Amino acid sequence: MLNDFIRHAPHDSFANRKGLLQQIHLDAYLLLFLLILAGGGLVVLYSASGGDWGAVYRQGVRFGVGFAAMFIVAQVDPRLFQQWSGVMYLVGIGLLVAVLVMGSGAKGAQRWLVIPGVIRFQPAELMKLAVPIMMAWYISRYGLPPRLKHILGAAVLLAIPFVLILEQPDLGTSLLIAASGVFVIFLAGLSWKIIASASVLAIGSLPLMWMFVLRDYQKTRVLTLFNPESDPLGAGWNIIQSKTAIGSGGLYGKGFLQGTQSQLDFLPESHTDFIIAVLSEEFGFVGVLVLLSVYVAIVVRGMLISLRGRDNFCRLLAGSITLTFFIYVFVNIGMVSGLLPVVGVPLPLVSYGGTSIVTLLAGFGILMSISTHQRV
Amino acid sequence: MLNHSIDNKEVERRLFLRRMTVALFIVTVMLLTLVARLFFLQLIEHEKHQALSDNNRLEVLPISPIRGLIYDRNGELLAENLPSHTLSIVAERVDDIDALLQHLRSLIELSDDQIELFYKRLSQYRRPFDPIPLKIKLNEEEIAILAANRYFLNGVQVEAELIRQYPHGEAFAHVLGYVGRINERELESLDKGAYAGIRFIGKQGIERQYEDVLLGEAGYQRVETNARGRILNVLEKQAPVPGANLHLQLDRALQQKAFDLLEGKRGAIVAIEPSTGGILTLVSRPSFDPNLYVTGFPVSQYNALRDSPDKPFLNRAIRGQYPAASTIKPFIGLAGVDGGFTTWTQTTDYKGKFQLPNDPRIYRDWKRGGHGKTNLTDAIEESVDTFFYDLAYQMKLEPIHNMLDEFGFGKNTAWDIYNPSVGINPSRDWKKDRHGFSWYAGDTVNLGIGQGYMLSTPTQLAVATAVMANKGEWMTPRLILYSNDDELMDIPEQVQPDIQLNDEQNWDRMHFAMTEVLYGRKGTARHIADAPYRFAGKTGTAQVAEIQRDEDGEALDDVPDHLKDHALFIAFAPLENPVIALAVVVENGGGGSSVAAPIARELLDEYLLRESSDAQ
Repeated sequence: MLNDFIRHAPHDSFANRKGLLQQIHLDAYLLLFLLILAGGGLVVLYSASGGDWGAVYRQGVRFGVGFAAMFIVAQVDPRLFQQWSGVMYLVGIGLLVAVLVMGSGAKGAQRWLVIPGVIRFQPAELMKLAVPIMMAWYISRYGLPPRLKHILGAAVLLAIPFVLILEQPDLGTSLLIAASGVFVIFLAGLSWKIIASASVLAIGSLPLMWMFVLRDYQKTRVLTLFNPESDPLGAGWNIIQSKTAIGSGGLYGKGFLQGTQSQLDFLPESHTDFIIAVLSEEFGFVGVLVLLSVYVAIVVRGMLISLRGRDNFCRLLAGSITLTFFIYVFVNIGMVSGLLPVVGVPLPLVSYGGTSIVTLLAGFGILMSISTHQRV
Repeated sequence: MLNHSIDNKEVERRLFLRRMTVALFIVTVMLLTLVARLFFLQLIEHEKHQALSDNNRLEVLPISPIRGLIYDRNGELLAENLPSHTLSIVAERVDDIDALLQHLRSLIELSDDQIELFYKRLSQYRRPFDPIPLKIKLNEEEIAILAANRYFLNGVQVEAELIRQYPHGEAFAHVLGYVGRINERELESLDKGAYAGIRFIGKQGIERQYEDVLLGEAGYQRVETNARGRILNVLEKQAPVPGANLHLQLDRALQQKAFDLLEGKRGAIVAIEPSTGGILTLVSRPSFDPNLYVTGFPVSQYNALRDSPDKPFLNRAIRGQYPAASTIKPFIGLAGVDGGFTTWTQTTDYKGKFQLPNDPRIYRDWKRGGHGKTNLTDAIEESVDTFFYDLAYQMKLEPIHNMLDEFGFGKNTAWDIYNPSVGINPSRDWKKDRHGFSWYAGDTVNLGIGQGYMLSTPTQLAVATAVMANKGEWMTPRLILYSNDDELMDIPEQVQPDIQLNDEQNWDRMHFAMTEVLYGRKGTARHIADAPYRFAGKTGTAQVAEIQRDEDGEALDDVPDHLKDHALFIAFAPLENPVIALAVVVENGGGGSSVAAPIARELLDEYLLRESSDAQ
């Protein structure tokens, strides 16, 4: 313990001079980037919602709630996440089961849990945080790199929420949650042999997935990706219109509020999942690069925080949250630009929508907590 | 929590660092993939997507031109365009048509006929998203009710459009024709560009004949629309060119008079101005209301008209083919005397019978016992059948056929009549082709009194009469008088060469013979001769069936209507410098003298006396 103390001494001396933000457990860089993203997101939302101040206001309120949640979560010592990981995980699983039994649906999927007059939320959102915490706790218990039996145990822990959310059905969210767990195992040092064989297995199982797991509407989306023109007014409409919006933006874009695709309602869901198309149309390639830079800054900052994490749990958790955040960005832009099937993943902190903003910012709260609680 | 040594922790830290480095590498690759994708879409494929985006928002909408107006020779409107509010439904935008119709019925009055017609149109082929009319000519109150309820009436639209109106209805239905909604067959063949935004097309008559010029040229506007097709902005506009107006030779009052004179009859009247060939009147009865084709025929009414034995849709004036009967005699007589087969003074007495050599068949005169000694003039005046049996027999077919051809029988000589019948001017070849038999002498005998194979339309008879009045000078029989479209005015002076007789005096003599029909002591139409002008004519009675007759040729017993003779009369007036030539045909009307001639007289009065009073 003494050596430990000496090793950390320079940090402590630095910590003695830590600023106000550090004292209230906020990471200055991360906060700055997030605020830039949120602010820029509101500007794009104003255009994407057709100049609806109401939508901007409601989104602003969500950001308020989200940043408050981030602030609160940041105050919590990472050890508490560790201690409550099992409870959170089990509660989450319970709620997912409840959703399947009695949830209310929108657009043919059961995702919402409603206690009338009180609250209405998606348990899957909770699992976006509960799963990486649980996985980080489980893997870090046994030291790195994980042994095969622990990997199998982790796989089981991951498979349960994955299947439950897939049943809702919500392919996008279940894949993202699976990714957050896989990132934990990967960062923990999963051996390359296993990675290689798992990859082979996964690719080999694709036809089985196609036949037995994917539902018809999900298959349609995948097929549409490869040939949107096959059903230009139906399933292909969204992707054709979003590609047109992005492409017509060109280098500098058509100008703020000047995007004809979005302003004239050709682009569906322009203020939610497809909002990047609005940005691309109105601000062009340059505008998208600026947005991507902000995301990259956040991701790099998250990686640095994870590298400086005080123990395996913190590192794994911070790393998983950061990489998952990037995956959100990648999947959303990938699907809107026609690289990936349309799976219903919002563009983080820019798309209009409630629960995901709060979940994401709460996730960054965890990052800040890890960043600012260096000592045990 | 398990205890780890410091070394162990350092190993774990390095392991994590390595993995995070790999992750950073993968993140970079994925990021570059996105950037490359966006670069591809926004810079390389930019122009393609820009065009797609413009196609989305920019639409070219046709503006339908105003259909040309139709006037009579005095500038009276015969076909106009009136604004009408039409309630129509875009079926593609409606989930439940039945429920919508039910709802509409609770708001405004809709007849069963309108509903039935709507379903019929719904089941027929049409352009996608083309509105299907449900009720036209909405009144102000209905427009207001529909406007107030428009948010609950998805797919329902009320549009102001100009619809064709024929103020004189039935009297002009056959000659003007009518416009109707473009049907499936027409849709396939017509020029989509020229008919963009146009729902009506000329189907018959003048409307069909002059469809190209009446139509006009469609204009267009380039508009910016949103995804729901609402127009936000008009960017460019090209006004349509209205269709050409037509002034017809028709005389509105004369046409109306002719129509009224045929009240309760089946028949046709055609009147022509001999000097120009202008058709003053072209009437066929029974008729129908052409406005119903525009607004939509109630199905029951349409079926009743279609199935009527009187065939009201048949334009008898141009499609009805009748034996010319005795009205042919002046033309054959002219051919005979000018060809030297007889003279004006040569007289014969047939005692009411004519027989071919070596043939027991007796060809009887309409008058039992005959007319006594008659020359050609008498034969015209009294319509002596036996005289013409013999004359035709002597002439043989060819001189008759040729003269009838010169007068325009057996072909269409009219310039702008849509879909006319050409009648039959028989020849030896024609009979061989048509019936497989040779031409017999008896056929020529029958032809001599305008019976047998020869058939003529009322229009052909009127044209031939006009040429007779002109003493062989041809013109171009036509409906058009004037149009603001210069190309339409490119009309030939005459459609075929003038008739050259060996002796020009034969014209005057034949004219005289035809006046004797009216003014002669035994003239078959002497009872209508008391007019203040001098005119020429010829009666005709076409046999439909063998029936018992009295000595004047009138039917003895009551015979069923459809077996009665067709009554015909041709005339031109005034004798010196004729301004009108006409043909009257009354189907199963009885005698030409008793039925057709008085009608002709009233028409001549209408035209000549009215005009002279105008002149004063």
